[in-house]
Amino acid sequence: MGVEAYVAVSAALFALGVVCIIARRNILYVLMGIEMILNAANINFVAFNRFGGDGLDGRMFAIFTIILAAAEAAVALAIVLNVFHLFDSIKPSEVDLMRE
Amino acid sequence: MGTERAFYACLGLGTLAAAGWGTSTGGVEGLLFAVFATLTLGGGLVCLWERSVVRSAFALLATFGGVAGLFLLLGADFLAMAQILIYVGGILALILFGVMLSPPDMGERKLSRVGLGLAAVGGAFAWVGAKVAATVSWAQAPGPLAPPEQSHAREIGVGFLAADQYVVAFELAAVVLTVALVAAVYIARRKITDFEEPAETGGSA
Repeated sequence: MGVEAYVAVSAALFALGVVCIIARRNILYVLMGIEMILNAANINFVAFNRFGGDGLDGRMFAIFTIILAAAEAAVALAIVLNVFHLFDSIKPSEVDLMRE
Repeated sequence: MGTERAFYACLGLGTLAAAGWGTSTGGVEGLLFAVFATLTLGGGLVCLWERSVVRSAFALLATFGGVAGLFLLLGADFLAMAQILIYVGGILALILFGVMLSPPDMGERKLSRVGLGLAAVGGAFAWVGAKVAATVSWAQAPGPLAPPEQSHAREIGVGFLAADQYVVAFELAAVVLTVALVAAVYIARRKITDFEEPAETGGSA
């Protein structure tokens, strides 16, 4: 399988993540869509690292992406928890106040 | 129920077609690629499609597993294991924890919206993909993977800590993780007032 096959899978996963973010009305789906997008970027990094030359730059980028995705998920879930306490709902459309 | 059955039937047929295509073009490696790619994209599609958040979260499990398999095919074994550990073990557990906040709302998924989004974004990506496929000449595969001279984990560990490579980014990532986790705990904590006893409890119970 050449690099183009991996790029195609990555682009399709990215598109699915974007649709997941814009088409569902639930903050958790937004989070899941973001994870899909980050995974799509990771596939690209690793694929171009494999086919584009030696060294481990691409794999390192992918590792840092995973680290930041973990941090992002933790903070996002904390925000979701707080939003649920404040609004009794986790629909993005109902979160319309900056503070109480 | 009709649309659900039709959707999963299409998914199954697509899986079979992908497996056949992969085997015919790339032999065993093609078959593995097709399996992992279908796992990735099928999981994403099910996640997008399903009504229930729990099912979507578990469909995301298939996506993360498929991406780990693609990493293995690309020769990044350490990354595949990290993917399984962090995404499947950590992030998915976090999302499932968030699912507990979500009251069941089976009417939330609007097929019209999902279909419209898929058509619009899919069309845009197909257009860009056609442009790219027409203009880019892709690098040829550099031959089969050679067995690594040293283990990938060792290579990556040296990359992290060698002064001329990634040590600054490594330390920065550590700082970011610390700050993010402390901030997450701070944001998610309950206010002190949440724990205060009601002033009047009405005597002995």
